[in-house]
Amino acid sequence: MLLNLIIVMLSVISLVYGSLSGNLSAVSVAAVKGAEAAVSLGVGICGMICLWSGIMELMKCSGLSGKLSRLLRPLLGRLFPTAAKDADTMDALSSNVSANLLGLGNAATPAGIRAAVGLKRLSGMDTASDELCLLVVMNTASIQLLPTTVASLRATFGAVSPLDILPAVWLTSLLSVSAGIASAKLFEHFSHP
Amino acid sequence: MKLLGDLSIPLIIAFVMTYALIQGTDVFPAMISGAKDGLKTVFGIIPALITLLPCIYMLRASGALDALCGLLRPLLSSLGIPSETVPLMLIRPLSGSGALAVGSDIIRNSGADSLVGRCAAVMLGSTETTFYVIAVYFGAAGIKKSRHAVPAALIADLTGFLAAAFFVRLFWG
Repeated sequence: MLLNLIIVMLSVISLVYGSLSGNLSAVSVAAVKGAEAAVSLGVGICGMICLWSGIMELMKCSGLSGKLSRLLRPLLGRLFPTAAKDADTMDALSSNVSANLLGLGNAATPAGIRAAVGLKRLSGMDTASDELCLLVVMNTASIQLLPTTVASLRATFGAVSPLDILPAVWLTSLLSVSAGIASAKLFEHFSHP
Repeated sequence: MKLLGDLSIPLIIAFVMTYALIQGTDVFPAMISGAKDGLKTVFGIIPALITLLPCIYMLRASGALDALCGLLRPLLSSLGIPSETVPLMLIRPLSGSGALAVGSDIIRNSGADSLVGRCAAVMLGSTETTFYVIAVYFGAAGIKKSRHAVPAALIADLTGFLAAAFFVRLFWG
């Protein structure tokens, strides 16, 4: 796993660079402070994350996310013409996108996987179809309307209004998802299945 | 902008609760069960943070992080990206908890309402753990050739980083 390599590299570089630059005592303090900060950060964002998980559960139970999912279906049918012919796949696909929009991470992944399996069945190949690539690209670009974890992070570090970054987050997400969809649509002409 | 930020939390809480009540949902037990899930999420994150944050704090204290940012500053400033966000852009596609740890370090170090702190927050809030998502989806569907999914996803990430820096400068610069 790449992450193994990264943390080992970070600690070795810290040791070597810290020794050479004479910052070794600061490095030693930092290790202790970092472990301390991890716990206080976890405690700091805990309340906010739990509150939002509650609100998200409510969105699911009340049928709000299902309603959004039905609203999205016509639009998604245009992006995914093959999936639109299969009711199960389309259902999974629209649940995946609506769960992503609402920040329901726990619901988005299972629905997305169901959609991916459905798309693979429809194409009948071991190679990713155009629409499967598009689904994956849309899931790697965040389309969350309310970045709750970031908001709690900002609140923990004393932001005056933790969600005042919303317009910037929305515009940025919109641009990056559009860039992802456009490149996927463009590249599908050059990478044959 | 501040009004939108201040309004969004109370508005969403009130709206979702009212909607749920009208639909006949048991509001209180649903909130409790969601909050329990939240606790599980946080318990899952804390051990990862305890592993990652000391490494990041050590790297910053050793001076290596500042040296790396300084090295890349000329290139990044020509793109309008604050060089302090380099470690975040590097880890973001690879690890969700890593990005949370690095992002929190940048926000703490530069201040939540500073340009750099806001830029890190927008980057964190508008991108995803790209390689993890690709591995999970293609793994589950049994796909052997990913074709253009990786380059297209990385273009989306890169666009996200550039746009985050641009909009933060536009709104607060």
